[in-house]
Amino acid sequence: MNEPGVTTRNEPRPNRADDEFDTEPLAITGPRRLELGTSAWVGIGILLLWLFVAFFGPALSPYDQGEMISYDSFSPMGETLLLGGDFIGRDVFSRLLFGARMTMGLALIATVLAFLGGIILGFTAAAAGEWVDQILSRINDAIMAFPSIMLALIVIASLGTSTSVLILTVCLIEATPVFRLARALGMDISVMDYVEVARARGESVWWIIRREIFPNTLAPLAAEFGLRYTYSILFISALSFLGLGVQPPQADWGAMVRENLMGLTYGSLAPLIPAAAIGSLTISINLIVDAFLALSNRDISEEMI
Amino acid sequence: MAKLIIRRLLLGLVTMWVVSLMVFGTTEVLPGDVATAVLGQSATPEALKAIREELGLDRPALIRYIEWLGDLATGDLGKSLATGRQVTELINERLGKTLILATMTAALAVPLAIFLGLISAVFPGSFIDRGISTGTLALVSVPEFFIASLLVLIFAVILNWLPAISYITADQSLLKMLRNLTLPILTLTASIMAHMTRMTRTAVLNVTSSSYIEMAILKGVPRLQIVLRHALLNALSPIFNVVALNMAYLISGVVIVETVFAYPGIAKLMVDAVSTRDIPLVQACAMLFCGTYVGLNLLADLFSILSNPRLRIPK
Repeated sequence: MNEPGVTTRNEPRPNRADDEFDTEPLAITGPRRLELGTSAWVGIGILLLWLFVAFFGPALSPYDQGEMISYDSFSPMGETLLLGGDFIGRDVFSRLLFGARMTMGLALIATVLAFLGGIILGFTAAAAGEWVDQILSRINDAIMAFPSIMLALIVIASLGTSTSVLILTVCLIEATPVFRLARALGMDISVMDYVEVARARGESVWWIIRREIFPNTLAPLAAEFGLRYTYSILFISALSFLGLGVQPPQADWGAMVRENLMGLTYGSLAPLIPAAAIGSLTISINLIVDAFLALSNRDISEEMI
Repeated sequence: MAKLIIRRLLLGLVTMWVVSLMVFGTTEVLPGDVATAVLGQSATPEALKAIREELGLDRPALIRYIEWLGDLATGDLGKSLATGRQVTELINERLGKTLILATMTAALAVPLAIFLGLISAVFPGSFIDRGISTGTLALVSVPEFFIASLLVLIFAVILNWLPAISYITADQSLLKMLRNLTLPILTLTASIMAHMTRMTRTAVLNVTSSSYIEMAILKGVPRLQIVLRHALLNALSPIFNVVALNMAYLISGVVIVETVFAYPGIAKLMVDAVSTRDIPLVQACAMLFCGTYVGLNLLADLFSILSNPRLRIPK
C-alpha cells in the first residue's frame, strides 16, 4: 500500500493561467501523470467488467429475472442453470445480471444526487457568509448525530418501502459527509487571494462557486465520489438484505442474498454469489480510491466510516 | 479542563434533544403517520379519524412531543402496535442478548486490532504490514452479510462445527451459548476490526516520527521496545478514540448480524418493528441505539480531553 503512487515527470508545464492559480496544482489535475499500482489496475479491471454487465447484462441473460425455470428450490449448478437455481427455481445467473443494473444504478443515482446537493450546499455555506453557514452546518450536525442505519430505519418506518424512499434516504445520509468536505474545501479556498479579488470585483456567490471554488476542489471530490459510491452500494444492499430496500420480484443483489439465505444450510451457493458480487465490486472501487487517496496521504479506512 | 468537560456534556445533552426531536418528527409528522401504519394504506377516512382520536393524534404535534418526551424520561415507552405488549417489556427481554453479543465482540476485536496494528507499525512496509493492510481494506469493503454467509458455509455447512442459526435461550449452558455466539461474534469482529487496526498503525507511526523517538533510536533501543514503551502510550488517546467510535459503528453491524443469524436481540426487534411499521417500538429502539451512539462519541471525546495534557491546562 505504500508503493509510490505518483511520479512527477519532467515535462514542461503548459502555460496555463499560472498567474491565476498560485496554489499547488492538485494531484489529479494539472501536468502530473498518475502511475497506479497493480492493485489499482486490478480494481479498474473488475469495475469495468461490472459496468459492462450493468449495461448489457439484461440483454445477455439467458432467462428473464422473474422466470421460474426449475420446479426445485436451490437446484445445483449445471448446463441449464449456470449458477444454480434460487429458492423458487429462478436462474441465479440471470438474476445476478439483472441485479447488477439495479444495485449499481440505484447507488449511482443516490450518490450523484447526494453529491449535487452536498456540494452546492457546502460551497454555499462556505461562500455565502456567517448566517447561512451556521444554519446549514447545524442541520448537517443534527443528521450526523444519528448512526446512518438508524436514520434509514426511522425514515423507512414512517414512509414505508419504495424505490424513491430508498434513494431519498441514502441520498440524505450520503450528502452529509459530502457537505462537510465541500464546505471545508470551500472555506480553504474562499480565503485565497483570487477569491477575495473576485468578491471585490463584485462577482456573485454562484459565479465564485462555479469559476473559483469548484475547479480547485475537483481532485478531493473525485476521491470522495468513489468512497460515497461504495458506501451507497453497501448501504442499499444492506437495506435490501433487511427486506427494507428493493422489493421482490425485482432482482437486487442485497435482496437476492436475503431471499436465498435459507439455502445456505442446504449447501447452496445462491446467497453467497450475489454477496460476493457486491464484495468484488466494492473492493474494486476501494482499490482505485485507495490509490488516489494515497496521493494525498489519506487512509481509506479512516474515510469509510 | 472542567469547563471543557461540562461544555462537552452539555453538547451531548443538546445532541440527544435534537435526536429525540428528529425521531419524533420523522415518525409522527411525516405523511405516513401511526394511524396509517396501523390500518394500512386502504383504510377509510372515518376509520383513520377514529383511531387518530383514540391514540390522541388529533392534538397538536408540539403537545404530543412534550408528552412523549415526558413519558420517555419516566421510562414509559407505550404499547407496541403489532403485539399490544408494553415496549419496555419487549426491550427488556432482548437488550441483554445484544449486550452480550456486543461485549464479547469488543473483548475479541479490540485486543486483536491493536495487536495487528502494532505489528504493522513495528514493521512498516514489510510483507506482514502489506498483508494486514490489504486484508483490512478488503474487510472494510465487503458487506457484513457476505462475511457472515461465508463463515456459515465454512463452519456450519462444510465443517459442521457450529450452528448456522444462533438461537439462545436463558436455560442454555454456557458452552452451548458460546457455540451459538461464535459466528456472530466473528462476523462483527471482522467488520469493525479493519478500521481500528489501520488507525492503531497510523497513530503509532505518527508518534514514531517525533524527536524523542529519534533520540531513543539513536540510543540504540530496540524497535519493539520503542513501539511498546515510548510510542504506544502516547498513541493511546487516538487509539481509544477509534475504539469508542467503532463500538458505535458496531450498531449497524449488529443490525445485519442479528438478521443473518436470527439472533433474538434488540436490533432484530427493531428491524421487525420497521417492517410492521410498529412506530412506538421503532421510536423506543431508535432512542436507545442513538443514545448509545451519542454516549460512545461523548466518551471518546472525554477521553481525548483527559489524556491530552495540553487540553488539561486551561489557556
